[in-house]
Amino acid sequence: MKELLVISGKGGTGKTTVLGSFAALANSKVLADADVDAPNLHLLLSPRQLEDRPYSGAELAVVDRDTCTECGRCTEACEFLAIQDGLVDPRRCEGCATCSIVCPAEAITMQPQITGRLYFSDTRFGLLVHARLLAGAEASGRLVSHVREAARTAAEDRGVDLILTDGSPGIGCPVIASLSGVDAALVITEPTPSGLHDLDRVLQLAAHFRVPTAVSVNKWDINPDVASDIERLAAGLGASTLTRLPFDETVVEATAEAVPIVEWNDGEATKAIRALWNEVASWGALI
Amino acid sequence: MKIAVASGKGGTGKTTVAVALALSIPDAQLVDADAEEPNCHLFLSPTIHETIPVYMMVPEVDLDACTFCGKCAEFCRFNALAVIKDKVLIFPELCHGCGGCVYVCPEKAVGRRDRRLGEVEIGEARGHRFIQGRLKPGEPSAVRIVHEEIARLDPGAPAVIDAPPGTACAVQETVAGADACLLVTEPTPFGLHDLCMAMDLADELDVPAAVIINRSGPTDALIEDECRVRGIPVLLKIPFERRIAEAYSRAEPLSEAFPEYSEKLRQVWQQVREEVHS
Repeated sequence: MKELLVISGKGGTGKTTVLGSFAALANSKVLADADVDAPNLHLLLSPRQLEDRPYSGAELAVVDRDTCTECGRCTEACEFLAIQDGLVDPRRCEGCATCSIVCPAEAITMQPQITGRLYFSDTRFGLLVHARLLAGAEASGRLVSHVREAARTAAEDRGVDLILTDGSPGIGCPVIASLSGVDAALVITEPTPSGLHDLDRVLQLAAHFRVPTAVSVNKWDINPDVASDIERLAAGLGASTLTRLPFDETVVEATAEAVPIVEWNDGEATKAIRALWNEVASWGALI
Repeated sequence: MKIAVASGKGGTGKTTVAVALALSIPDAQLVDADAEEPNCHLFLSPTIHETIPVYMMVPEVDLDACTFCGKCAEFCRFNALAVIKDKVLIFPELCHGCGGCVYVCPEKAVGRRDRRLGEVEIGEARGHRFIQGRLKPGEPSAVRIVHEEIARLDPGAPAVIDAPPGTACAVQETVAGADACLLVTEPTPFGLHDLCMAMDLADELDVPAAVIINRSGPTDALIEDECRVRGIPVLLKIPFERRIAEAYSRAEPLSEAFPEYSEKLRQVWQQVREEVHS
């Protein structure tokens, strides 16, 4: 079983556009959306939901006001400023339970909290595992790990040996949770100073996790000089450079209609994405 | 007034708006709270006067005092400690710094040590106070860095805070620290979907929100219809134009490349202020 992760560093560079097209091009695969606080892959794949499970990613401290003596020990011990005068701020509470052990009156218990939802959906390209972190909830990294485990189990059950995972922007806990143990990562970036700067940081992270990484510059013709700088930087940090993707206005049209570009037309972007997929499909790390 | 610029979806133009807005408001401070991928500095080349390291506590075990009872590992909700026979393994990148292991150890063998997560840099750009956070690659959470950045704001001056994408912890910390938020979106199904998540978050945190449509064009109704239903105003549209994308790719602030946006953004600021005071 192999898993390909698509990430970007900077947001909005075209991860989901590329992964949605890969979904249409790959033969047998399970799809996973590891961007749980701005999930978009399902919007391209018109899924039919098969299952919706509540997800409990953290516990919450609950104070029994009758037993509480308002001694303030919990407030003193809480590193997250989440408890004051016997009241818990659920947004700040990380569920660590430290308050419950320092409380001399034993007034604090830990209770599971629903922090998100996990979905299994059927699409015309196969099963999609996706999730949604509830507004204001904690622990996005854990929900990402949960999505990946569920996708892996589903792929095993179905005898499918490829998972295509759509990642999130940045370099923080959801990205770390999506990178750890993945077989290969494809970074989609753009030829702007922000794209360049953020690529540097995300490649450092991938190197830290020893994940084989390749880079493709999207909309390269917006600024060919920066596109070349990006490829030089990638090579210097040990990443392969793959086919560039052109700026193509029909991508915007296809996205507005929620259709992967390779299904929409046979234009410049479609041709390049097909070439990119052929390179990815024959990538040593994924065979 | 402090305004957070957020979006849900990444790459919709948060930084473009935040930089131009701060430059358009006299004395406004600019805070780059996207400590995972800070980008405002690329448009401003700020001078940094001060670098403040940000730490979190991680456990440190005195092996002479430790009896390897395993209580710390059993207690830790984040699996950041493991006790095997005569060894204690600590996984700092899993640690949330709660200190529970320190309290739970019956031998008082667990102490605290500081671990550097990144830094907050303070400086100046084009006459505006500038604050940015930087998370060390490999570190999972920028929340403490964002907290420190907001704590360093001059409370007497207006502030524009550029949030990270998404709706998770660091975004919550940013939006909760502001008087209002401006949500920058694009008129696509992706933009709309993530804008809804960001509007839900603002609602949850009780922070008033207004919307800016970037790359505006024939599909704007997607966003406008949703905003009408929710009663959230759309204050500005920035058209989808190649010249704007090119200015961005040369790292020129929108308000300098196209000065008419200075006046437009001042009006946005005024409208948000009225919204906050109403």
